Amino acid sequence: MKAARTLGAVALGVLAFVVLWEGYKLVGNPDGTVILGVRILPRADDLSMPHLYDMAGRLTRPELAGGRPIWIVVLQAAAFTLGITAVGFAIGALVGLLLAVAMQRFRIVERGLLPYVILSQTVPLVALAPLVAGWSGNLRFGPYPWQDWMTVSVIAAYLAFFPVAVGMLRGLQSPPAAGVELMTSYAAGWWRTLLKLRLPASLPYLFPALRLAGAAAVVGAVVGEISTGTRGGIGRLIIEYSREATSDPAKVYTAMLGAAILGLVVAGLVGLLELPLMRHRRRVEVATL
Amino acid sequence: MTAVVVSGVTKVFNAGRADEVTALSDVDLTVGDGEFVSLIGPSGCGKSTLLRHIGDLLPPTRGSITVAGQPAARARLKQEYGIAFQQSGLFEWRTVQRNVELPLELRGMSRVDRQARAREMLELVGLSEFAGHYPAQLSGGMQQRVAIARALAVSPPLLLMDEPFGALDEMTRERLQSELLQICAKTRTSTVFVTHSISEAVFLSDRVVVMSPRPGRITTTVDVDLLSRDDSVRQSEKYFAAVTEVRQALRGGTQGRTATP
Repeated sequence: MKAARTLGAVALGVLAFVVLWEGYKLVGNPDGTVILGVRILPRADDLSMPHLYDMAGRLTRPELAGGRPIWIVVLQAAAFTLGITAVGFAIGALVGLLLAVAMQRFRIVERGLLPYVILSQTVPLVALAPLVAGWSGNLRFGPYPWQDWMTVSVIAAYLAFFPVAVGMLRGLQSPPAAGVELMTSYAAGWWRTLLKLRLPASLPYLFPALRLAGAAAVVGAVVGEISTGTRGGIGRLIIEYSREATSDPAKVYTAMLGAAILGLVVAGLVGLLELPLMRHRRRVEVATL
Repeated sequence: MTAVVVSGVTKVFNAGRADEVTALSDVDLTVGDGEFVSLIGPSGCGKSTLLRHIGDLLPPTRGSITVAGQPAARARLKQEYGIAFQQSGLFEWRTVQRNVELPLELRGMSRVDRQARAREMLELVGLSEFAGHYPAQLSGGMQQRVAIARALAVSPPLLLMDEPFGALDEMTRERLQSELLQICAKTRTSTVFVTHSISEAVFLSDRVVVMSPRPGRITTTVDVDLLSRDDSVRQSEKYFAAVTEVRQALRGGTQGRTATP
């Protein structure tokens, strides 16, 4: 019943998008609407906004003449980027978690570190990517040299750690004074207070933070691929296909669809993490006595 | 042995700064074994601070405190007392049963033992059927009973309570007061009880300690000698006499005069 309703909502959302897109193409000015030299509405011609059925049709045709159908290529690229995103997300979440715990534990760390944590996110990603690539180029892990995709993962992690660090810090600080005093009265030290009180209390803050981190990791991975020129992922496809925008305008949209699917898959996977840990939230029914 | 001895305790917050506050000034208090003592006074008189000193949750600036014959810090490490606050402070991610088990878990008690003990405590407060519920599914009064069960789970010789019924309606409050008295009598626990309510203090206590603010100090101690502690006592002469006495002591205290005990 609930699943059917969710499915219905999804179908409705897709339908609304289709109606908006094709509707705008129908009524919009093919050259866009320009007022006082500022374009306030985009061009509606087939070059800028291909018909949705053209995009769907493009998915089934080969990428290059005689090659594999483009939907396979796009899905493979999305899977490649998913792997990079997953590694970046895991590293970012772990780093964010450790930072949050350290900031909670030591007031001085919070005061000293938090401004830099916030500052870190104002550095433009495009400027950062070549730096990371430059620093890491000569690294080796024993017999394994540094790989290009690792650079991209580091960039994804760089974006993903931030919401986790900030959200988790809020969560760790969320227990009321009474809860902390209670743990003190049980002679529990910092570590046991962390395990029994602060960590479980932080979960409602952690999960929204992880969702943000998931989205940030996708952005980081796609932009990282583009700015480091890493091959094999969806970011690379977007760049390659957009160069053909004039001759084959539907092509770049297939890569964008792949990126959107990647984002949805990551959001779904992160959402799954929540299920086993938030049982107590799902059955709240007040008994009065 | 006496349950609590507080001698010469002074607490100064923000010492040496512009916002320096003397929360407690030279307080002496003794709680005998099995005795029920209430601390009553207007906001800011330091009654909660005094309770936290006894529980070693806050260090006094000067003075000493012994609980069950040992320094307060050691008593805390040995879990010699149970504590309950105005907010039940239950962990919402744990079931009622697991909330009561928490102090036992931290003591390293085996799973089987602590489950049995928690069931016993829930029976004592009349919530056996709700063992598997989460706190959010219970009413405020029930949550407070769970908090009391949790405070009593380690069978502490001393119970510290900071306005535990403050957030409840009058009817629930009176029922829980009776229940608390029965439990304390059954378990022979000494109790220090912080409250705003004169009637609550008189009904529950063997002794009502009246405090006054700026600086926080004990102004009067009223001995309450009620014959029984059932609900009928709330209409008795002795009860009203004690209520009047405490009320006058509070008035005297807030006007800044030092009443003599």
